[in-house]
Amino acid sequence: MDKTFDDASAAVADLPDGASIAVGGFGTAGVPWALVRAVREGGATGLTMVTNNCGVNGAGLALLLQSGRIDRVIASYIGSNKEFARQYLAGEIEVELTPQGTLAERLRAGGAGIAAFYTATGVGTMVADGGVPLRFGPGGETLEVSPAKEVRRFERHGRQQEFVLEEAITTDYSFVRASIADRHGNAVFHASARNFNPDVAMAGRITVVEAEQVVDVGVLDPDSVHLPGIFVQRVVEAREVVQ
Amino acid sequence: MNRGWSREEVAVRAARELRDGYYVNLGIGQPTRVADHVPAGIDVVVHSENGVLGIGPTPSRQLEDPDLINAGTELVTALPGASFVSSSDSFAMIRGGHIDLSILGAMQVSSSGDLANWAVPGVAVKGIGGAMDLAVGARRVIVVMDHLARDGSVKLVESCTLPLTGRGVVDQVITNLGVFDIAQEGFVLTELAPGITVEDVQVSTGAAVTVRFPETPVRGCRVAVSESCER
Repeated sequence: MDKTFDDASAAVADLPDGASIAVGGFGTAGVPWALVRAVREGGATGLTMVTNNCGVNGAGLALLLQSGRIDRVIASYIGSNKEFARQYLAGEIEVELTPQGTLAERLRAGGAGIAAFYTATGVGTMVADGGVPLRFGPGGETLEVSPAKEVRRFERHGRQQEFVLEEAITTDYSFVRASIADRHGNAVFHASARNFNPDVAMAGRITVVEAEQVVDVGVLDPDSVHLPGIFVQRVVEAREVVQ
Repeated sequence: MNRGWSREEVAVRAARELRDGYYVNLGIGQPTRVADHVPAGIDVVVHSENGVLGIGPTPSRQLEDPDLINAGTELVTALPGASFVSSSDSFAMIRGGHIDLSILGAMQVSSSGDLANWAVPGVAVKGIGGAMDLAVGARRVIVVMDHLARDGSVKLVESCTLPLTGRGVVDQVITNLGVFDIAQEGFVLTELAPGITVEDVQVSTGAAVTVRFPETPVRGCRVAVSESCER
């Protein structure tokens, strides 16, 4: 078994228009730069991205936004990502803002075959009650808002509490950045570059890992593997860092 | 009017809420600075929601690792005993009630402990980030913030006008003017910053303030950087 591809472009060559892609990374750590660049150089458009912060100013997914290739984003944070904020507020893209832990768990659940789960996060807010703007009009008016979700009471540690039903996320593709991967796709992450990567890896039908270093099968100690290769379909070596 | 505590002094005051053995999450910005003022003899483990448990101080240039950052994307170090986890595991720690204390910033806090800190409709959307998970998941939530907004409007209010981050989640608020518990009767002023009067607080607060200084007042204790203060 050898899941390696020659380069990032070859690994995403079959990416169709309208595909959904979950992308690992938090800030500039653990971002699959080479795969994102390959998508930019390829032709696919009308994409849905599932990502914590959709790139940072002038790098990563922000460049894909800039080139108008993204239609819809599921993310938790905008912060100082100017292009992301601009496109959202100008109505150029649809954005589903999701609490960060809910986003991670929706991906993990998607990969684990769980359709939905109840969490206390967001109860009593627009996330549960509905009303988070999904799409703005050109004049800044809200065209579409998130729907109200089911809220139920459960007992936890002997205390009754309200929880909101959140649905899992699965994607056509997932892009992962690892420190080391072997030819089976077993991957090791470094420090806080792990972040969303194991969660997005599980949620994708075709998960592509770009690793700083690709090694032969047997080199990685099974005890040290963070992401088992069963969640990975393609592997590319990419030394590339923040561009 | 006297401004009371500086932002750094507010961080020093908040650090006094830390207890030995706490696992604590510090929000982006001013809350992060609380880590610089952990009182002597107190051992806490700082969690960052991007997947670091056991954050240490800012690295020297030689020790900088671009893959080792906190949730504010600042370069950090990992202390002995640290661990790295995925985002879903990191939020299991938060949501599962394993974090003892979360210190967050806020745009508004209501007298029933509602927290608003993620969006100003029509003006700015920062996004939600980890704030909603921290607000409901941490065992205790302390807000540190300026008492008034930049435009002079009140931030401690009867009921939030901004979209909520969490309902009834805040336990305590520390501002440049003083320390407030959220109790059954609403905001309870327990401590004043030096030079600040109860009236100063009342005119700057958009809700009723009950005054209840503890019997052993902390008031007499000047908050200063690197000065510890026993209650």
